[in-house]
Amino acid sequence: MKKVNRVLTILVFIFLYIPMVVLIVSSFNTGKDITQFDGFTLRQYVRLFQDRSLLKLLGNSLLISVLASFVATAFGTVAALGIHGLNPRLRKVAMTLTNIPMTNPDIVTGVSLSLLFVFVGTRFFGQRNCLTFWTLLIAHITFNLPYVILNVMPKLSQTDASLTDAAMDLGCTPIQAFFKVTLHEIMPGIVSGAIMAFTMSLDDFVISYFVSGLDFVTLPVEIYSYTKKPLQPKIYAMFTLLFLLILVLMVAMNLIQMYGDKKKTASRGAGI
Amino acid sequence: MKRNKSVLLSTPYLIWMVVFTLIPLGVVCYYAFTDPASGEFTFKNLKELNLYWGVLGQSVLYSIVSAFFCLLLGYPVAYFIAHRGPTAQRFLYMLVMLPMCMSFLLRTLAWVGLLQDTGIINNILAALGFSRIRMIRTPGAVILGMVYNYLPYMILPLYAVIVKIDRRLIEAAEDLGCNGVQVFARVILPLSVPGILSGMTMVFVPAVSTFYISQKLGGTDTVLIGDVIERQFKQGNNPNLGAALSLVLMILVFVCTGIMNRFGGGDEEGSVVV
Repeated sequence: MKKVNRVLTILVFIFLYIPMVVLIVSSFNTGKDITQFDGFTLRQYVRLFQDRSLLKLLGNSLLISVLASFVATAFGTVAALGIHGLNPRLRKVAMTLTNIPMTNPDIVTGVSLSLLFVFVGTRFFGQRNCLTFWTLLIAHITFNLPYVILNVMPKLSQTDASLTDAAMDLGCTPIQAFFKVTLHEIMPGIVSGAIMAFTMSLDDFVISYFVSGLDFVTLPVEIYSYTKKPLQPKIYAMFTLLFLLILVLMVAMNLIQMYGDKKKTASRGAGI
Repeated sequence: MKRNKSVLLSTPYLIWMVVFTLIPLGVVCYYAFTDPASGEFTFKNLKELNLYWGVLGQSVLYSIVSAFFCLLLGYPVAYFIAHRGPTAQRFLYMLVMLPMCMSFLLRTLAWVGLLQDTGIINNILAALGFSRIRMIRTPGAVILGMVYNYLPYMILPLYAVIVKIDRRLIEAAEDLGCNGVQVFARVILPLSVPGILSGMTMVFVPAVSTFYISQKLGGTDTVLIGDVIERQFKQGNNPNLGAALSLVLMILVFVCTGIMNRFGGGDEEGSVVV
């Protein structure tokens, strides 16, 4: 039984990784066809860095995701602090609102926001070109906010309120107590919320596809329109580099966590 | 004093969410009930929906089948990961997460290269002396694409639940004379129900609304509701019909997640009683 399980797991991982292996191998291919390996070359990587438009698109994606996740993290943390202190009924309303973008399919979120922007833009501002950088940013902030709230809220309820009182008894002003105690306690939630928001933003295709206009496009949206034509192999080179980057980041995060856990258990052991 | 501060801090957020999630849904309703040409109130778009019930049924069918395949493939993997040492667990968890961070458009496109008539799999088959099989543009290819893309969404919640199961419960069941299969059926499986339900929802919702997977891997007979909506907005230029379809999709998803939550809630109560 255990053997069957092991074999199945290996097969599933092969299934998950085969398409990525195909893309990575294609980035070193001399030919254009993904199905045939003609010979090894690094030419696609050179082309990638010569292609200003592709790098600009990656820049656009990074700009939107950094801005959106930053705003959503700050705004969401403040909101979570507020929601935490609300009476239970209002808190329930706030959490229901937070869950709407999480349960709605992306396509409905995208369609509804684009209809809102077009409706308001044409009716109230008489504009034809309603979908801009700003509407895209608003959309990204909106779908990022729930990730921040849902990561910060549990940390807030774990925080002991008497700690803040203790800090104030010891002479902190309420603001000092907030920065020295509360913020410190909820920091892990803020960080994981921010990371989640950033990756969701960077990778989002469906919502961006409906909300972006012609003058500001992100990388996934452009890749979608590429895939209707024959794909340029330098995209595979970009995929390979992004894959390596994310792999390195994930391994680094794991190592940091592992080191932290070890330190924690070591100090706990010494305490006992 | 303190309550006032909380209201003050949360009000901007509540306004933001009302303006950018509730009102847009209202705008969707508005478009669904107005005539594209004259802008007057009409039921025309809703009547036109009659053409699309088949497509909707097909989307639901494909996504339920995909969710079951994800469960079948994902459960053993989640179980395997949950029973490793801490370092291996972390590493395997990362391996499941990693594909989720990479462009799903390109990964789906790689499947086109694998499955097409002159694709990698068929080339291998031909080289081995077998005849080529038609795989792309079939319902099977669409379901494969869904399973491939959303399998991590199944594995992660399952893992989270299985890893928390108290080993002592399993030992107790064994002490009381259960064999391996009985332990699994009577202890482990019932305790993983919340993970199964949330995994099913997390696979079902994106699968039922996808349009890229069916466009790339499907054919003319595997059109899904997401395709139709996308076409109304990006090619057909009938946002009103698109809005009506989005409304139906939204209601469908709310009903389905509602049913799932009901099941989950009921089971939790049951386990408390036991």
